[in-house]
Amino acid sequence: MKNHVWRPLYIALALVAVGLVARYLLVPPDFGVHERGYMYGWHRKSNEKEWEAVRVKYRTGRSCIPCHRDKHDDIRNSPHAAISCENCHGALLDHPKDPVSLEINRSRSLCLRCHARLPYKASLRGSIKGINPETHYPQAECMMCHYPHNPKRPNPKREVRS
Amino acid sequence: MITRRTFCKQALLVAGGTVLPLAALELFDPRRLLAEKEEGAKVRWVFLVDTHKCVGCGFCVKACKIENEIPYDAHVSRTWVERYVVTKDGRTLIDSPGAARDGFTSSKIDQNSAGMVEVKDEEIAKAFFVPKLCNQCDNPPCVQVCPVGATYQTADGVVLVDRKWCIGCGYCVMGCPYGVRFFHPVYNVAEKCTFCYHRLHKGMKTACVDACPFGARQVGNLLDPDDPVTKVITSERVSVLKEEYGTKPQVFYLGLSMEVK
Repeated sequence: MKNHVWRPLYIALALVAVGLVARYLLVPPDFGVHERGYMYGWHRKSNEKEWEAVRVKYRTGRSCIPCHRDKHDDIRNSPHAAISCENCHGALLDHPKDPVSLEINRSRSLCLRCHARLPYKASLRGSIKGINPETHYPQAECMMCHYPHNPKRPNPKREVRS
Repeated sequence: MITRRTFCKQALLVAGGTVLPLAALELFDPRRLLAEKEEGAKVRWVFLVDTHKCVGCGFCVKACKIENEIPYDAHVSRTWVERYVVTKDGRTLIDSPGAARDGFTSSKIDQNSAGMVEVKDEEIAKAFFVPKLCNQCDNPPCVQVCPVGATYQTADGVVLVDRKWCIGCGYCVMGCPYGVRFFHPVYNVAEKCTFCYHRLHKGMKTACVDACPFGARQVGNLLDPDDPVTKVITSERVSVLKEEYGTKPQVFYLGLSMEVK
């Protein structure tokens, strides 16, 4: 057969070869069907390790006890015992190396997350003691009267501040 | 010439041959069957939400945003808390101001174009909070629609997104019936709750579970019969969201009401 008949076939074969080489170079070797099968498990396996390597920021309140045992004992028997230290003081990260100190949040908005009165009896919120933030000493910090680590006690620093 | 007898015989043979699947001719290796039985998945992460206990403090949303590096002031979040207020005249008002990152501190309900709606205490028939997050479905529609294999399900049931592989087409954002997917404002790829994959693999709980003071959120392994979460799911009355979609969601709710969508 004449050469001009074969030429398009060579071009087609070359294109297929280029495609296969490009696929070999561009697709990572661990990309393919994994545990969950063709429909749900088609992925780059090493991406799972990338997600596992995300840095943990919230290290839970247990990490605070060795250095801050006094605060832990303070809050342990109070109605606020269930609140994690990090909720109010921020994520621990690598404290005390980084950051050296954590925040002490005295804002009203922090307390109001639970203690703004909402009459929702179908949820636990309805049975939490609450205030109307617009009428209950709107200019004052909650901490001026209430001790956050143990709300059953008045703030020991109360007299000093007023 | 073909006789009636041979015709019937051959017709039966052909019909029998066509209905016999190829798999029926496979010889089973007992060792392979045993391996499949024993090396099957041992972990299936599931979530349990007790809506009775949620007070709408929003500490879970705050912790999630910081733990998972979702820009704090961007209007996107992997998890959020919804407030449902059902009035005595049959209206249902739903809102989630700023994904409830700063909790619910006002009785005014954000109704978008209708403004902030105040419902009088005596008009409320029932009101409650519902935390929402990715359901880590057993039949995840978001994974089915991904054209490039960027989103997938791991062996322990968590649906993840490969940030290097995602092309940002947004099919998964549209495909999720629960609206849990969004675009990450920094990476510009699809983003979703990972059940804090990095924490689960270190033996910790998710950031939202650790942040919840009331135990409204719990995470557990459904394949471990001694797991407290598994015990609740298997022995108590739990429900899931949008069951009719057939997605087999793995976030189970206690105390869900019919108003919750």
